[in-house]
Amino acid sequence: MPVDRIDELGGRPEPEQTLHVNRNRALRRFLRHRLAILGTVTIAVLVIACAIGPYITPFDHLFIDIRSRFQPPVSGAHVFGTDEMGRDLLSRLMMAGRVSLTIGFAAMMLSTIFGTLVGAVAGYYGRKTGAVLMRFVDAVLCFPNIFLLLTLAAFIQPSLMTITIIIAATSWMEVARVVEGQLRSLRERDFAVAAEMIGAPNSHIMFKELLPNAVAPIVVAATLTVARAILMESYISFLGYGIQPPEPSWGNMLNNAQQYLNSAPWLAIFPGLMITLAVTSFNFLGDGLRDALDPRLEV
Amino acid sequence: MAGSAQPAAIGETVLKVADLCVTFRTPAGPIEVPRGVSFTVRRGETLALVGESGSGKSVTSLAVMRLTPKPPRCHVRGQVLLRDDAGGTRDLLSLSDEQMRRVRGNDISMIFQEPMTSLNPVHTVGAQIAEAIHFHRNVGPRAARERALALLELVGISEPRKRLDSYPHHLSGGMRQRVMIAMALACDPKVLIADEPTTALDVTVQAQILALLKELQQRTGMGIIFITHNLGVVAEIADRVMVMYAGRIVEQADVGPLFARPMMPYTAGLLRSVPRVDLAGAGRPVLETIGGNVPDPLRMPPGCAFHPRCRHHRPGRCDTAVPALEDAGGDHLLRCARWREIAEAAS
Amino acid sequence: MTRFLLSRLWQSLVLLLLVSMIGFAVLHLAPGGPLSQFALSPGVTQEQIERIKEQMGLNRPLPVQYLDWAGHLVIGDWGKSFRDGQPVLVVIGQHLSATLQLMVSSTLLAVALGTWVGVLGAIRRYSLFDYLATVGAMVALSIPTFWFGLVTIYIFSVELAWLPAGNMYTIGDGSLLDYLHHLIAPCLVLGLVTVAIWSRYMRSSMLDVIHQDYIRTARAKGVPERVILWRHAIRNALLPMITIAGLQLPTLLSGALVTETVFTWPGMGRLFLDSLSYRDYPVVMGILMFSAVLVLVGNLLADILYAVTDPRIRLD
Repeated sequence: MPVDRIDELGGRPEPEQTLHVNRNRALRRFLRHRLAILGTVTIAVLVIACAIGPYITPFDHLFIDIRSRFQPPVSGAHVFGTDEMGRDLLSRLMMAGRVSLTIGFAAMMLSTIFGTLVGAVAGYYGRKTGAVLMRFVDAVLCFPNIFLLLTLAAFIQPSLMTITIIIAATSWMEVARVVEGQLRSLRERDFAVAAEMIGAPNSHIMFKELLPNAVAPIVVAATLTVARAILMESYISFLGYGIQPPEPSWGNMLNNAQQYLNSAPWLAIFPGLMITLAVTSFNFLGDGLRDALDPRLEV
Repeated sequence: MAGSAQPAAIGETVLKVADLCVTFRTPAGPIEVPRGVSFTVRRGETLALVGESGSGKSVTSLAVMRLTPKPPRCHVRGQVLLRDDAGGTRDLLSLSDEQMRRVRGNDISMIFQEPMTSLNPVHTVGAQIAEAIHFHRNVGPRAARERALALLELVGISEPRKRLDSYPHHLSGGMRQRVMIAMALACDPKVLIADEPTTALDVTVQAQILALLKELQQRTGMGIIFITHNLGVVAEIADRVMVMYAGRIVEQADVGPLFARPMMPYTAGLLRSVPRVDLAGAGRPVLETIGGNVPDPLRMPPGCAFHPRCRHHRPGRCDTAVPALEDAGGDHLLRCARWREIAEAAS
Repeated sequence: MTRFLLSRLWQSLVLLLLVSMIGFAVLHLAPGGPLSQFALSPGVTQEQIERIKEQMGLNRPLPVQYLDWAGHLVIGDWGKSFRDGQPVLVVIGQHLSATLQLMVSSTLLAVALGTWVGVLGAIRRYSLFDYLATVGAMVALSIPTFWFGLVTIYIFSVELAWLPAGNMYTIGDGSLLDYLHHLIAPCLVLGLVTVAIWSRYMRSSMLDVIHQDYIRTARAKGVPERVILWRHAIRNALLPMITIAGLQLPTLLSGALVTETVFTWPGMGRLFLDSLSYRDYPVVMGILMFSAVLVLVGNLLADILYAVTDPRIRLD
């Protein structure tokens, strides 16, 4: 790799940080990111399929048909085959998708709101309050995610609501760190100082002046949090502490499938593919958004 | 260098650059800087390359060293002829990568602007100097280390034996630049390219480094290409000066005539923008600046690239064709369509 | 360097304090709090529970209880397992080594393979290889580990019958070869994540380094490209990776838990899940706290190691 000296030739800088300034350029860069578009389309298809699919398929996802157990895919009326109780796998996948995607979005909302609040307070007040809050974030991050999730899940009655809450409870730290970092640097800028000088209340400066400037990284972090939340739900459901059967989620469908790996591998393959597809799509989308909104970051 | 201690008069040509063009491919379109640069460096001579950032002076030196990005991102055309020991010349641009590697640090070496970042932080100073010797001379590690020690002594570093095992961050900026010089001189190069070597240093240290370079040149007879935008430094060290603007040479002359009588309006402007102690009290306290900016390399103005900023510019004369590099006599080259009129008006 | 170490040690102690507080809070979240075992057992009257509470000091103010609990942790008294009455630390100790073996082997895989992928991606930036490696890493991080484990078992154990489907040894066989044979699949499955992460960070660290001035200096003095790559670029790019490796410990532990479950690998993750299903809360809490402390200590060690290897810190 030869040394890059093109910067010496008066290269044009790309100073974009807010959503507003260069929306067109951000959009152009996003569209150039083909994987992000692929991800967006996949997410849309998944959401629509899970939302309206169950009304269209002729099979109920809970209908047990012992005579047609373990039907392989594409062999008969069941496109994706059937499970150990003769239930239609496609219907179950779509119902499970509703659960998994709902948890993904809901946990993202919760953790983003909480993380933003913590990060904003820590970044705005800085000094002692900020230091204590951020050390607390560090402390939570010391606990391996799944250990903490499973401990919490084992202590509570699992339901859509509680699972969402504990996933959110273990995934807000990333957003908090991002927001804290942004606010800490934004706070030093002229417009924040100016707002303070004219006597604007703290809450006004924080929410009206500073946070709007941190929207881009929050959106990116939130998108990646959806991916994480879906993955986390699948982990704890697979391990038996998440969504409980007969209600399907992509994770708990795999729990059962494990024992039929020899005879009916499709039971394991399809739900796993769905998780991978959904999580990959959100990760691609988040990555594309990061490129589009904040060209300085690259990992 | 230790062997050749006789004072070096300016001698035969050691480096001849002919019609050097470097084209960068960028997303916005190709950029050509420099475009057709020719110059020579003679033994014991210091050629100063002057210009604003973006004028192509650094790219020119990197192209001579063949350190510009690899194709397809960047293409170099022209000739870089280096005299070899046998008296013949070879074109560096036509060498293989491996052949060129043997030239770098051996026949031509280079020191850079940022002594703080130009040394590898995880290796000792001694190891980094020894490395320069190791890959060009067939010597063992012990001999390389002894040579490194001698070099540190040569560039005036105190307690050289102790410094061999120091890490770069233990040294001041001036010390690091001395280490860089020691490294560059490790194999007695014929040409040393110094890319703004004193810009990042304190003024007093700057003077020391300049004095050191001059002294080392006296001892070794190497030719120096000294890149700078500081005309005070030019006056201090250069024998000959080459002024670049927007990728082209606009004026080239020996240092005396150029400072006494700059003929290209850009050079004149540069000289007027230097604070001059001797004139401060003599009725001209106000510094002049050249209005406007260096042109965007993607949208070069037609004709003379300097005409949008030039106060002597005449529509129809300056913005149609690129003026040729003319000899105004006494090896004073310049590129200006109206130089005769301007010179007459001035006298 | 001493100052750096002392400040780092101090930070770790503060974190340890916060970690223990979080652990204490989780403990009291359990239904019935620390008494959940009795609350859930049939035939235990409310009166008996009150008496046990009194005995265990659960009527005392929370700060006092916390100090008591933390004090016991400090002296190594982490309680006893409900299942067999063994001290929690002993139980953890019996399972720790299997987990560490898995973690170390997949980390070695990451260092070997991930470094290579990252370096190649950086020096051939925007090439087809770089593109595929980037996309591949992103997909790898999106695949649920347990599912990848199942697929691996299906392909290599069920269909091809090349690898054993689980456990650490074949019963009756304890040879090293047998052990390695059993290690391959879980190591690869956990390695998918570690390699992906390592290669990403390595790529960006490498991109950072190859644009540094000292790389240009090395080139200017005629050092061969291969030597520049190893001695100047990779060597420097690996330094920050020590810290990264420390920061990835929680992810690695989480991944190990899931991998152990799928491959019935007798490590801490398996123990954790078994204890969960037996409602063996002392062991569950013990592992939770132990893993957090492990992460803390791991990060501290990584920082010390970094300080020792980087001359910029070493000699200050």
